[in-house]
Amino acid sequence: MKKLAEIFAASAALTLLTLLPVRAAEDTLQVVQQRGYVKCGVSQGLPGFSNPDDKGNWNGIDVDLCRAVAAAVFGTDEKVKFTPLSAKERFTALQSGEVDLLARNTTWSMHRDTALGVDFTGVNYYDGQGFMVRAELGITSTKELDGASLCTNLGTTTELNAADYFRTHNMQYEMVAFEKADEAVSAYNTGRCDAYTTDQSALYAQRLKLTDPKAHVVLPQIISKEPLGPVVRQGDNQWGDIVRWSHNAMLNAEELGVTSSNVETMKSSTNPSIKRLLGLDGSFGANMGISNDWAYHIIRTVGNYAETFERNVGKDTPLGIARGVNALWKDGGLQYAPPIR
Amino acid sequence: MSRRDALLQLVTLALVVAGIGWLIANVADNLDRQNIASGFGFLNERAGFGISQTLIDYDEDDSYRQVLIIGLLNTLLVSVLGIIFASVLGFLLGVGRLSRNWLISKIAMVYIEIFRNVPLLLQIMFWYFGVLRNLPSPRQAINIGDVMFLSNRGFALPSVSFMDGAGFYGLALLAIIVTAIGLRRRARKLFLATGQIVAFWKPLGIVSLAVLLLAGAVAGLPFAADIPSLRGFNFRGGMSVIPEFVALLLALSLYTAAFIAEIVRAGIMSVYQGQREAAAALGLSHNRALSLVVIPQSLRVIIPPLTSQYLNLTKNSSLAVAIAYPDIVSVFAGTTLTQVGQAIEIIFITMMVYLLLSLLTSWAMNRYNARIALVGQN
Repeated sequence: MKKLAEIFAASAALTLLTLLPVRAAEDTLQVVQQRGYVKCGVSQGLPGFSNPDDKGNWNGIDVDLCRAVAAAVFGTDEKVKFTPLSAKERFTALQSGEVDLLARNTTWSMHRDTALGVDFTGVNYYDGQGFMVRAELGITSTKELDGASLCTNLGTTTELNAADYFRTHNMQYEMVAFEKADEAVSAYNTGRCDAYTTDQSALYAQRLKLTDPKAHVVLPQIISKEPLGPVVRQGDNQWGDIVRWSHNAMLNAEELGVTSSNVETMKSSTNPSIKRLLGLDGSFGANMGISNDWAYHIIRTVGNYAETFERNVGKDTPLGIARGVNALWKDGGLQYAPPIR
Repeated sequence: MSRRDALLQLVTLALVVAGIGWLIANVADNLDRQNIASGFGFLNERAGFGISQTLIDYDEDDSYRQVLIIGLLNTLLVSVLGIIFASVLGFLLGVGRLSRNWLISKIAMVYIEIFRNVPLLLQIMFWYFGVLRNLPSPRQAINIGDVMFLSNRGFALPSVSFMDGAGFYGLALLAIIVTAIGLRRRARKLFLATGQIVAFWKPLGIVSLAVLLLAGAVAGLPFAADIPSLRGFNFRGGMSVIPEFVALLLALSLYTAAFIAEIVRAGIMSVYQGQREAAAALGLSHNRALSLVVIPQSLRVIIPPLTSQYLNLTKNSSLAVAIAYPDIVSVFAGTTLTQVGQAIEIIFITMMVYLLLSLLTSWAMNRYNARIALVGQN
């Protein structure tokens, strides 16, 4: 009995000791630099956004953003590791410090921004929720979906948007929500649901996984605003700045015509905007705690926004998405970066 | 216990309590510093999402509290039905495994080995994606007598609604139950007094028929059937059993039945051979020896591990999330968690719910165990 009590006391003390250093670190940049790589939370596989190829290399527009952050911090886009997260896990993983940032096709909403202890640093893809149905149904509008069964992903804004939309239009629906996108798509594919609903870009991406992609149509209507962007922990503004300006640098590079192929020759440009972008002028990098040629490395290794868009989701990819609202502001789109000045 | 021991235990207890208190304070402090909302106020907020199976009224305007209850009821539904099916099937298999009939015993053995050794998640996926996916679409639904329809959206069944006068049938049912209890008591009394066995089914049948006819004469037929019909994409009206539920129930019952079968076999084999021989010597038939001598004694061995299986089944039902069955893990620890973002509170509530369910099951089974243990030991 005495022994038992002693063991209990010892183990209780030990538990206390091991649990002491649980406070999340505040200085993410320092932690990242000491660790030697960026930990980036991505999706579990969404073509065009974050998807591993057959060799296990991740690529996509979100993955490129992670690489850009790594390039800004380390001068090379190699120093990044990806953590696939379900929609359900993503914020907890970020809050607990398991990842340094989320680039996981995540919708910027007020509740998430204000109540979860996280900050959105921008919008790297303007999206909206859409529906995919079988072509043979002959449906052309979301208004014809009264009484339909809908497959979607558990724990997304999608579930709420669909509920709102069907209610305001006085239509009935059945929501079948799966934890993994693959299972939701598979259930839709085998006829459990009449429609698969999620962000429209993801519909194009998931359609590629279906047995006969041509037998399915993505309806043109969009029922919600889904600005997708990178997320960081609230309260670490320096790290937030680095992520925010990594994205902005890519937009500014596109605007100034700087690409991964001409960035070396652009170094001799006399355009003051380009000189500031490439770190030849000013101390913009130093102000964020990283080297002044941060944006140069982003463009050199990842490219500008147009390059990553066209490479991952653009016209010549299987997804075939037009720039549309994601064009630069001067081309009639919504992508607008504050100047580097 | 010496004073020293008591002191040590007191110190240990104090340390544990302090440790827990420190953990809670630390969590609250960290949440506050990271500006993460905390507290249970979210339970009263509007949920705003749809759920595919609700046993009680629910719409998007209801609160997260209602979502919690719906999820809990869905978990209970699949668990309770699963426990019943698994027990019946497991019992039959366990007895079958010991059968002297070579074919029956081998079939039971093959079943047990297959279902016990394939991971449950795979079995759930198998029933959901492998079997139920092959059902036709609603338009080509399998039509059973124009009232039931079977498709990949589930089973559409007619539902019955009660109108004025249905209460008379309720009274009739009550009368039948009371008669049955009374007749059974009398038969047992007679048996204990004289050893005479009387069948009480015949008088019960006559009484039931008479009471039902009487209710019919007074109230007519105050029922209306709502028969499902195909409108638009899906069947509307009637009742719908969603395929997620069917797949989960099948997988849980068939999987757990294999374990229960082995427990039942062990229980029966634990009864001393001499008991059987003594029963035979007393002139009891094989079946009566089994039901009066062997099974009551084997229950003492069966019940404790059986309780564990019931607990396992209830907890395993949380795998529902993989196939979109709206159990508590899916709608509360899933959708609600991501909408609200308060992981600690929601996971805590969910864990408490499972703990409570498990403790209740254990308590009920322990009471039953105590009852049969007494009878057996005296």
